[in-house]
Amino acid sequence: MPDWLATLLISLLKAVLVVLGLLTTFAYMTLVERRLLGRMQLRPGPNRVGPMGLLQPAADAIKSIFKEDLNVTLADKLVYTLAPIVAIGMALTAFGGLPAGPAGSLFGENPWVYNLDAGILALLALTSMGVYGIFLGGWASGSKYPILGGLRSSAQMISYELGMGLSILGLLMLVGTTSFHKTFNDDGTLRALGFVEWQATNGWLILFQALGFALFLISSFAETNRTPFDLPEAEQEIVAGYLTEYSAIKWALFQMAEYVNMITASAVMATLFFGGWKGPQFLNGLIPGISEWPLIWLILKIAFFLFLFIWVRATLPRLRYDQLMRFGWKLVLPLALANTVMTAAFLAFRGQGGLWLLGVLSFAGLLALLIMSDRVRTLWNQPTVRREGEVRLGGGD
Amino acid sequence: MLLVSLGIGIVAVLASALLGPKRRGSRTKLMAYESGNDPEGGVGTGQRFPVHFYLVAMLFIIFDIETAFFYPLAVAYQKLIPFAFFEAITFVALLLVGYVYILKKRVLEWN
Repeated sequence: MPDWLATLLISLLKAVLVVLGLLTTFAYMTLVERRLLGRMQLRPGPNRVGPMGLLQPAADAIKSIFKEDLNVTLADKLVYTLAPIVAIGMALTAFGGLPAGPAGSLFGENPWVYNLDAGILALLALTSMGVYGIFLGGWASGSKYPILGGLRSSAQMISYELGMGLSILGLLMLVGTTSFHKTFNDDGTLRALGFVEWQATNGWLILFQALGFALFLISSFAETNRTPFDLPEAEQEIVAGYLTEYSAIKWALFQMAEYVNMITASAVMATLFFGGWKGPQFLNGLIPGISEWPLIWLILKIAFFLFLFIWVRATLPRLRYDQLMRFGWKLVLPLALANTVMTAAFLAFRGQGGLWLLGVLSFAGLLALLIMSDRVRTLWNQPTVRREGEVRLGGGD
Repeated sequence: MLLVSLGIGIVAVLASALLGPKRRGSRTKLMAYESGNDPEGGVGTGQRFPVHFYLVAMLFIIFDIETAFFYPLAVAYQKLIPFAFFEAITFVALLLVGYVYILKKRVLEWN
């Protein structure tokens, strides 16, 4: 077998493994979410299908495959069918570039499917392709509520994508690369450490970029359409947004895309801010080598963020549309820019000191934001201004 | 990776199309959702939507280009300081002028 064929087959195998792993995680994620929401509301959650409800996801999947697949009269058939496929395709693909261990640790292979020097850019690009899935799905349904949901979601997702892109600029300045892995120059010398290696040497980036992390967290909640930002599918407001006319497996594919995006966002946060697949280095003093245990740390961190997603869903009410957009454009965007400028200024004029000053600065910024949260709330809650003589057009926001 | 991911979606839709029940829907069944009324509005009926969505998209393009300019600067930053810092500040300041302008124009207000 020629070399290129072996490489191709191996990466194909890895891709299939990652996809199946993500789908299983998604299925059990729905169960865990329902159980946890139940616990938080003092009720048991699904516990009848199988022991502890463990077969519930399988039952749901089989049901959605055997349901009748409706095509609404006014729907644009081709786009209507393609939109969920695009959504799920982009969501699944985005995960493949994230490292799950050091090079060659997966039975001699690399524990990632594809490795790009511009890994972060590729990730942002792929996740924002998800907007197409949702918007086209809404548009192609040929009905009023899906279009509204689609418009809202595209506006929301592109707004918060700005915050997302800008809030990680500080990290890029510190690490000096967009790749998750070590990059080398043409002559074989090391050009830059990857994110995981950098954090193993210098400490987790959350320590130096607390403000950036807070903004990234908020943006990723909005990007994945989770509460408090789940306006595109606000059930009580516009029926189910872009999902209104979807049934059976297409509906399930959209749900799947949302949950897979959540998993990817968690993995990205774990990798960029929390040291990726390496555990805390100081634990090595207690049990030698514990920070290198394969995969456990990454899975722990992802699970933590997934829990956070569910916890927030059970806690916070949804924002109104104008509040949401105001929050994104007037708070997240300027703060992300300020964070970037602060990091840039620190790096330019730091002198001999270490990075701890930046950590203190960033944390102080976050603290100031929290203390000023009352002021921030007035920013959302200012009464909507209506100009004189303005004609209101149709539409529901 | 992309092929496999898209493949999963296509397989799922095909499986559903093969396995799901195939009945011919009545006109009412295939009607768009409108709380039981005849639907009005939607694609092709000339329903109009607020111009805000358009403005947001325009602003997104502008600021995303800004982000795109920032990425190479950020990656090469440590090799270019302190010169790059003043460059970046100038660029941000120019953009902030535009940002303040749209704030004053109340583009970011929804009503």
